[in-house]
Parts: sequence; C-alpha cells; structure tokens
Amino acid sequence: MRAIIDYIKSIIEGIRTLLKGMSVTGYYITHPREIITQQYPENRETLEMFDRFRGEVVLTHTEANEHRCTGCSACELACPNGTIEIISKREEVDGKKKKVIDKFMYNLSMCTFCNLCILSCPTDAIVMSKDFEHAVFDRSLLTKVLNKPGSKLMEGVR
Amino acid sequence: MGEAVKTVTNTPFEEQEYFINMGPQHPSTHGVLRLVLTLEGETIRKVEPHLGYIHRSIEKMCEKDGYKQIVHLTDRMDYLSAHINNEAVCLAVEQGMEVEIPERVKVIRTIIAELTRLASHQLWWGVMGMDLGAITTFLYGFRDREMINDIFEETCGARLTMNYNVPGGLMFDIHPNFVQRTKDFIAHFKKKLPEYDELLSGNIIFRKRTEGVGVLSKEDAISFGVTGPAGRASGFSCDLRKHAPYSAYDKVQFKEVLGTEGDSYARYKVRIQEMWESMAVIEQLIDNIPEGDFQAKTKAVIKLPKGEFYQKVETARGELGVYIISEGDKSPYRMKFRSPGFSNLSALDHMARGAKIADVVTIMSTLDLVIPDIDR
Repeated sequence: MRAIIDYIKSIIEGIRTLLKGMSVTGYYITHPREIITQQYPENRETLEMFDRFRGEVVLTHTEANEHRCTGCSACELACPNGTIEIISKREEVDGKKKKVIDKFMYNLSMCTFCNLCILSCPTDAIVMSKDFEHAVFDRSLLTKVLNKPGSKLMEGVR
Repeated sequence: MGEAVKTVTNTPFEEQEYFINMGPQHPSTHGVLRLVLTLEGETIRKVEPHLGYIHRSIEKMCEKDGYKQIVHLTDRMDYLSAHINNEAVCLAVEQGMEVEIPERVKVIRTIIAELTRLASHQLWWGVMGMDLGAITTFLYGFRDREMINDIFEETCGARLTMNYNVPGGLMFDIHPNFVQRTKDFIAHFKKKLPEYDELLSGNIIFRKRTEGVGVLSKEDAISFGVTGPAGRASGFSCDLRKHAPYSAYDKVQFKEVLGTEGDSYARYKVRIQEMWESMAVIEQLIDNIPEGDFQAKTKAVIKLPKGEFYQKVETARGELGVYIISEGDKSPYRMKFRSPGFSNLSALDHMARGAKIADVVTIMSTLDLVIPDIDR
C-alpha cells in the first residue's frame, strides 16, 4: 500500500516539475516584447557594429586619394600568420630616390583578426573596418590590394 | 572420410563485445572527438577516446612566434574561456619580463575573466539541456550570453576570440559604456538565473538522467587530475582563484563551491552556484576600478631572460598551466600547456564504465569538454 502511494506521489510530483518548466516558456509566449531575436538580413540598414569591432584591415584614404602608409613593414612583422605583404618600390621624388609602397597585399582568408598590425602601425595608416560580410564565391577574391590605384603618401607623414 | 568438422555449441546468444564509434562528428561531442565504446548489450564496458582530429600544433607554432603573437593563438584552445587563456600566457610572460602591472589592469582582467566564466557556463547550461533532449534551454542560455558578448564586442572588439590581453597590460582601455553595460547585465541575469532552475534543475526527466550517473569519488578526481567544477563537485578543493590567487582575486570575497556526491547532478549544481559567485566577484570590483594606465611600458620586441616560467590559472573548465622555457630569444624555446579538458577527459572511461550509452552523453556534457582544448 505504501509503495502505491509513493508511486502516485512521484507521478504527481513529476507532473508538477514539468508544469513549472512549462510556465517559464508560457510566460515568454504571452510576453513577446521580451524576445530579443534580431531579424538579421532584414535589419541590414539599421545594424550598426561597435566602434572597436574587428571586421577587416583597411588602409584609410582621404578624399584626395592619399594614404598614410610609408611602407615600413611594421605590420608585416607584427602579423603572426603572414597575412600582410608589402611590396615597395623606389620612386624619384624631387630628384631624390624614395621608398614608397607599390602594393599593400592583404589576405583576408588567413587573417585571425588579432589587431596586432593596427597596434604596430607607427603612422595609424591602417584601421579595422566594421564590415563583417566577407563571403565571396571565389577564394582568390579574398586576397586584396588595399592601396587604391593612383593613391600616394600624404604630405608630412614619414 | 575427411576430418571431423569443428563442433560448435549451439548457444542462441554468445557473450561477446560489441564496438561502436561515437563521433568524430556527433552532435553531443561538441567538436571532433571520437569515442570507441565497447558495449555489452547497452552497458558500457570501456570508453576509448581517440584524439587528434582538430590538432593544430599550437605548442609548436608558439616556438616560432614572438611573445605578443602567442597570445592570440591561445584564443583557439579553449575558445569559451578565451580571455582566461590569454591572461595565463600574459601572466607567464610578465613573470619573465619582471614588470609592475598596474592595479587597473588586474581589476579589469578579473572582471572580464569572470564575465567569460559566466558566458562559458551559460553556454554549457544551454548545451547540456540540448544534449539531454531539451532544446528550449539552448535558446535561454544564448539569450543571456548575448549580453556578455555585446560587452566583449564593445570593449575588446570581438565576441569570442577576443585577444584583449597583451604582455604588460591590455590592448585598449575599457570602453566608456563598459561599467554601465556590466551593471545592466548583472541586474538582468540576477532575475534570469532562477529561471534556469525552474526550467531544468527541478525537471523530473533531467533529475532522473543525471542523479547517480557518472559518479567520480574524491580520490579518483585527484588521481585523474580532474579540476574545475567537475573536480569540485567530487569535493576536491581545487579552485586556483582561492589557492593560488592571481590578478585581483586576493582582493575579493567569494565562496569556493564544493559538492559532495560527485555525480552528474552535483557537477550541474556546482556550475549553477559558480554563476552566482562570479556575479558576486564582478559586483565587488565593478564600482571601484582604480584609475591608472591600462598598459605597463614594455619594449616593442619582448625578450625573456633564460629560464623557466610557469603560471596556472582557473579557466571555466579547470586548471590551465602555461609553461615557458626561454633561451633568451624573442620566442620561447618550448611552450607547454596543461589544459583542463585533457585531464578531465581521462576520467571519462572510469566514470562511464557500467553506465548505459545514453549516460555517456550526460557524463561528457557535465565534464564540459571543449575539444580544441584537448587536442590543441
């Protein structure tokens, strides 16, 4: 007799615990304001990433198509994965030969977004952009040349 | 005529062992861990973990990288306690550098480490429910974890692999919103954590599947080297925040959560309690972050003197040890990580023997294994 009572008690207790859990989910069904889901592709226009978000490395250019990169290769040395490669060339400026960057190569597919290149840059030429949609259909598109064609070093940066 | 054919006794069921592979791609292994289960009927006779599916030779890669570059590699070991791994490496390197770390750095590191622990336990709670068949918990765990991820994203720049530490301090100062966001989160989570108990802790199905499953005695926990919440649930007092305080843990008051039973439910309870303790630690520190620099002055290229440096920290899973042998160069001669996941996994075979197949999922889940941490 004792066993039967215990058995029935355990069933009732079990149902009670299940209903207790259900009451939590029931609360959220009746309070849709507390649901925090973001509708991602629809909210693209309003979606704003945080300032420090590490999307990808970009070389900042002014409106006059000038950048601040002197080609010192500090970022290339700081990078743990060989993501950055700076190809420089000698150019004659005012009769003097000067080292300027030819191509700032950046391989996004190898980047681990550790931010060490940004910290190492002495002239603040490169920054991390907030763009995070990097998907492409061809792997070769991920190797980018960051300096825009025809761009040159900003006056006064050395 | 010919020789007699070998006679076989006609028994309907022969006693023999039966092997199945659990993994490498199995939803409950949370990664690529292959377990070879030796079964007798549905009872486990032996569990043999096969590792190496996500081995990236992080220790070897450290030997070619500079000390600043090593830090980001450790994000990829135990990715759920990324900040704590970074901190361990930085503390070990700072031992060799012999620099004075500003108080501000120590406090911020501790706050973010506790936030990481909370995020890790929230994810574990959600995934544990899902492993046992309750998909609802996954969504609730991630809802609260999202707030922590936002804090990380705003201050550190990334959500999971943060790389916020550099040897000598922090990469940036904290964001102006950091304090307010953390306070908001604590206020929010204090209301939501009791929901976790209502949803899962009392649930009859959950209780029946965890209580008495995978019992690990205190002696076994010590001999297998099981640390972290899994070890503490067996009564093994192993919280390094108490026993070998680093950063700002010597300034805060908190309780080391200890269990007695050592079963899956005890491990579950310890983690839930630890979330309360982590919140208590953050609350003590968040209002009085000392002013000062966020970085000590260091050289551009760090070179450690010849010698050996060891630092152990408490990650969300247990004791992480970082051992550096330096020959005086700008990269270590040898780097060794004592990862908590590897030692905790070694006890799996002992705990699962005699249990049923479904219990292996429970035991693995409560050990909270992160496979990249095991393989490295």
